[in-house]
Amino acid sequence: MSMELLLASGLGVLTAAGVWLLLRARVFDVIVGLTLLSYAVNVFIFLTGRVRIGAPPIVDAGRAPTLANYADPLPQALVLTAIVISFAMTALILVIALRANAQTGSDHVDGAEPGEGRAEGQGP
Amino acid sequence: MNWAHWIIVPVVLPLMAGALLLLLERERPALAARLSLAATALHLLVAISLAAATADGTVHAYLLGNWRAPFGIALALDRLSALMLLLTALIAVASVMYACGRGPRGRHDERGPHFHALFQFQLMGLNGAFLTADLFNLFVFFEVLLIASYGLLLHGAGVVRLRASIHYVVFNLTGSALFLIAVSTLYGLTGTLSMADLAQRIPSIPAESAGLLQAAALLLVVVFGVKAAIFPLYFWLTDTYGAATAPVAALFVIMTKVGVYCIARVTTLMFGADAGPVSFVVEPWLSWLALATLALAAFGALAAWHLRRLVAYLVLASAGMLLLGVGLGTAGTIAASLFYLVHSTVVAAALFLLVDSMVASRGEAGDEMVPAPLASAGGYGTLYFLLAVAVAGLPPFGGFIGKSMLLVASRSEPLAVGVWTAVLLSSLGIVVALARAGSTVFWKAAPANAMQTAAAQASAPERGALALLVGAACATVVAAGPIASYTEATAQQLLDRKGYIAAVLGAETAPPAWNPRADMKKVK
Repeated sequence: MSMELLLASGLGVLTAAGVWLLLRARVFDVIVGLTLLSYAVNVFIFLTGRVRIGAPPIVDAGRAPTLANYADPLPQALVLTAIVISFAMTALILVIALRANAQTGSDHVDGAEPGEGRAEGQGP
Repeated sequence: MNWAHWIIVPVVLPLMAGALLLLLERERPALAARLSLAATALHLLVAISLAAATADGTVHAYLLGNWRAPFGIALALDRLSALMLLLTALIAVASVMYACGRGPRGRHDERGPHFHALFQFQLMGLNGAFLTADLFNLFVFFEVLLIASYGLLLHGAGVVRLRASIHYVVFNLTGSALFLIAVSTLYGLTGTLSMADLAQRIPSIPAESAGLLQAAALLLVVVFGVKAAIFPLYFWLTDTYGAATAPVAALFVIMTKVGVYCIARVTTLMFGADAGPVSFVVEPWLSWLALATLALAAFGALAAWHLRRLVAYLVLASAGMLLLGVGLGTAGTIAASLFYLVHSTVVAAALFLLVDSMVASRGEAGDEMVPAPLASAGGYGTLYFLLAVAVAGLPPFGGFIGKSMLLVASRSEPLAVGVWTAVLLSSLGIVVALARAGSTVFWKAAPANAMQTAAAQASAPERGALALLVGAACATVVAAGPIASYTEATAQQLLDRKGYIAAVLGAETAPPAWNPRADMKKVK
C-alpha cells in the first residue's frame, strides 16, 4: 500500500510541476514542462499493469495462466512505444525552438518580448 | 477485393512512396513530384475500390501479423472508414497537384525540403487513424500524422510559421500526453485496447470504477476535441491554418475531420447505448460545446481581416456543425453530419487553394482585406462566388442539403431551438463575412498592370487542382441522393455496432502458407 501511495504522490508532483512549467511564457520552461509531463505519463502507463514484485511476465507450465500469477507485460510494451515517441517529439520541438530563437531573437513563446507587440503579418 | 491485403494498402502505399521520395527528391526533383502525384492517384483508386467493397454493409477486418483480434492489432474497414479514406485521397490528389504548380515564389513544393515525402507520411498517418481498430495503435497513427504535419506546417519557413509551429506542437504534445493517460486508464480498467473488445467489456465494469471510467471516456473525447477544434480547444486552428502554405492548409482540412471521425467512432462504439456507466456520457457536453463552436466561428469569420483566417474560421464552423450532429447522436443527425462532412471538406480545401492562387497578383497586400490590384478578377470572382455560396450553406450546393438534413433530423430533440438558432444565425454571419470579403477584394480591386498579371498567371496544375475540387463540390449536389443514402446507411451501421464487433473479434487467422515449426525441425 505504501508503495502505491509513494508512486501516486510522485506522479502527482511530476504532473503538477510539468503543468506549471507548461503554462510559463518561455519556450525552455515549456519544453522542460513537457518532458516532466511525459515522464509522469510513462510511469502512469507502467503502473496500469499494477505494482507487482517478483512476478514473471511469461507463462510457464507450473502456474495457472491468470494475472494473479503473472505480471502484465503489455503496459511495459506500451511504455516503450510512448518513451520513444515522446523522446522524438521533444527533440523535434527543441529544433523548432532553437530555429525560432535564432530568427526572432526571443525565447518567448509568442516570438516577441511582451510589450514589443506581436508582429501583425499573417501572410506566407 | 479477393486479395485480403487490400485493407493495409492505404497505409503501406504512402509509406513506400514516402521512403522512395526521400531518396529521390534531392537528385531528381521533377521525377519525385511525378512519383508523388502517381502515388496519390493510385491511392485514390485504392480508396474507391475499398469504398465499393463496403457499400453492401460488410465490415472487413484485417489481422496484422495474423494475430487473433483482442491480442493482436486489427484494422477494420466499414462504411465510415471507407468514406474518410476516399475523402482523404481526393483532397490529397488536389493538394499534390496544386503543390506541383508554380506560384509567384516558384514551385510550391520547392519552397522547403521534403514536401512530398512528408506529405506521403501524413497520408499514411491519416489512413492508419481511419482504419485502425485498436486504441493504442490509433495513438501511434496520431503521432505519425502529427509529426508529418509539424514538418509540413514549417514548409516555406518564415517567422510567422515558426511561431504558429511552436504553439501547435506544444498543444498537440500535451494532447498526446492526455491521450496516453486516457488510453492507459481504459486498459487498467478493462485489460484490453481493441476497440471492439472494449465495447464488449465496458458494460460489465464494476460500479466502484464507474467514476474512473467516465473520466477516461471524457478525457479521450477532450483529446479528440483538440484535433477536431471544438470550443474551447480551437485556438491553435486559425493561427496554424492561416500560417500554412496553401497545399498544406488544404490537406490540414482533413486533419480536423480525424478528430470528428474518432469522436463519432468512440461515442457510438464504446460510449453509446448500453455502455453501462459511460452510456451517453459524452453527448450532452458535445452538443453544447458544438453550439458554442458554431457561434464563435461565425464571430471569428466576421472579425477576420485576412482571407486565410476567414477560411480557417469556416473550417471551424464546419467542425462545429459536424460535432453537433454527432453530439445529438441519432441516426438522422449523424447521417446529416457525414453528408455535410463530405461537402465542407472539399469546399474548404478548394477555398484555401483559391485564396492562395488569387492573392498572387495582390503583391504586398497579400490576403489582407484591403483594396488592391487583382488580375483576372472575373474568373476568380466567379469561382469565389460559387465556393462562398457552397460553404455558407445556400442552395443549390451540398452545404444547404447537409444543413437542412440536420435541421430536419433535430426537430424532435430537446435542444432543437438551440440547434436551429445557432445553425441559422451562424450561417447568416458567415454569409455576411463572405460578402464583405468578396466586395472588398473583387469590387474595390484596381485593374492589375501587365507585370502583375503576368506574375499571377495560374499554372496548369493549379487550375487542375481547383477544377478537381470544384467538380467534386458540384458532384455532391448532382449525386446528393446516393451520397445521402450512403451516409444514412453509415449512421445506421455506426449505431448498430454488432457488425463491427463481430467482424473484428470473429476474424479468422489465415492458414499459414508454411509451417515454421516443421521447417525448424528439418534444419535441426
